[in-house]
Amino acid sequence: MAKTIAEINEKIRKGKAVVVTAEEVIDIAKEKGVKRAAEEIDVVTTGTFSPMCGSGAFLNIGHSKPRIKLGGGKVYLNDIPVYTGMAAVDIFLGATALPDDDPRNKFYPGEFNYGGGHVIEELIAGKDIRLTAAAYGTDCYPRKKLETLINIKDINEAILFNIRNAYQNYNVAVNLSDKVIYTYMGVLKSNLGNANYCSAGQLSPLLNDPYYKTIGVGTKIFLGGGIGYVAWHGTQHNPTALRGDNGVPRRGAGTLAVIGDLKQMKMGWLVGTSMLGYGATLTVGIGVPIPILSEEILRYTLVTDADILAPVVDYSEAYPQMKPDILGEVSYAELKSGHIKVQGKDVPTASLSSYPKAVEIANILKKWIERGEFLLTEPVAPLPGIESGITFKPLKERPI
Amino acid sequence: MNVSRRIVLHFPPNITGQPVVYRLVKDFGLTFNILKASVSPGQEGLLVMELSGEQKNYDKGIKYLTEAGVEIQSLSQDVVRDESQCTHCGACITICPTEAFSLEPKTRKVLFDHNKCVVCGLCVKACPPRAMILYF
Ligand code: SF4
Ligand code: SF4
Repeated sequence: MAKTIAEINEKIRKGKAVVVTAEEVIDIAKEKGVKRAAEEIDVVTTGTFSPMCGSGAFLNIGHSKPRIKLGGGKVYLNDIPVYTGMAAVDIFLGATALPDDDPRNKFYPGEFNYGGGHVIEELIAGKDIRLTAAAYGTDCYPRKKLETLINIKDINEAILFNIRNAYQNYNVAVNLSDKVIYTYMGVLKSNLGNANYCSAGQLSPLLNDPYYKTIGVGTKIFLGGGIGYVAWHGTQHNPTALRGDNGVPRRGAGTLAVIGDLKQMKMGWLVGTSMLGYGATLTVGIGVPIPILSEEILRYTLVTDADILAPVVDYSEAYPQMKPDILGEVSYAELKSGHIKVQGKDVPTASLSSYPKAVEIANILKKWIERGEFLLTEPVAPLPGIESGITFKPLKERPI
Repeated sequence: MNVSRRIVLHFPPNITGQPVVYRLVKDFGLTFNILKASVSPGQEGLLVMELSGEQKNYDKGIKYLTEAGVEIQSLSQDVVRDESQCTHCGACITICPTEAFSLEPKTRKVLFDHNKCVVCGLCVKACPPRAMILYF
């Protein structure tokens, strides 16, 4: 019964494709059986909506008169420093960048109310952004100063390029110490006061395609409310992470690098985010369609929260000190029940990843495909899998 | 003149556990009604209470608490949620001492019960997209 992407696209064009979300598919397969479900269903849509620090945008602001070479100079967008080490008027705005005068953690815990992620959100909202630049001046680019408002609709390009997003599984963060700690996993109360997790679980893209059999370089996706593509595997991609019998990673494993035109992305799907005591970042909405090419592919999408285990990690000691110790494993079904047991203690859980938004993303993508507006792409290269032997390495420090 | 006010007390770890509150009764003749407490030895603590008594004793009591290092917030403020900013992540659920946030089981949307909120302010900075807003 194996289908091809071309055949599925033919059905999408005719408005006849059967599309369900990674949540819906679970019950459908239970009811109809895996074989029939795999025959009937063409696409399973996934979604995730989480803070993702590995995000940022390339902008080409156009040439001023006279010309200015921002490359090698200093540029700020709404007081947020951007990277200029490229061509004359290309800049890179990183999600975690902070204003030079932000007190950071000098007043602990720092609030980080405004950073690069917030500028990205305001760009999408169509707001004017203040650009201030200082350059050194050359014969062909004589200008040394530039202060202007820019707007996403006027600049040449605005390209979201996130080098690491959509982690395939993640840690559950707790705090064993006797004081509150402020982490990228949120505020962690002392003595196992709470446990924070960050994954859409059964709806998460890479957890529905654990061996990267359909998701590859070039896969067209939902990105920030618009269309994007998988550009590469993300940094720290770790396909050889510990996996369960079902193939599902039990640790952080695969990641995606994604790219897309920021100009067509929409408010609400890229949200400037502030992690108390940690920093600023961007919350990103991503949805990936999985073509049901075979029964095997469908089987992977049937993964439920109960089948996905995540490690519980102490962020007061083990995480910062790079100790491999974990305090046990829990399933997303347990996490979503509101309480988990850690060291015999009942610990209330909270999520940093929004499940309602993940559901919304999977449903929007489903609608796009059903309406024939979104065709699937054939990956042009696979993501490195287990056979690549790629592992996530710590830094080897060597004296200079 | 008698006054009665709802206040939030934030205790630094070093004075939590000291019978600070009871001195309000003994030394200043105030009465209190604890609405919410999360105080354990050696940790930062939080106490929400209604404190009542003679105005001048009340003022003295507040002065005593401040000098003892307790941070005091009055509940004349209000915390509301900007619904357009809330992403329903759920990070606030375990932060709130009065369980003002809860999950709607089916949709996993985060519900905010304004009536349960005692305006402690903890969620305001802990909310990643800053959807919880404190009004003075
Ligand atoms: S932490 Fe903020 S955004 Fe998240 S659910 Fe609570 S109020 Fe909404
Ligand atoms: S201010 Fe926030 S954390 Fe404090 S009681 Fe109200 S809702 Fe709960």
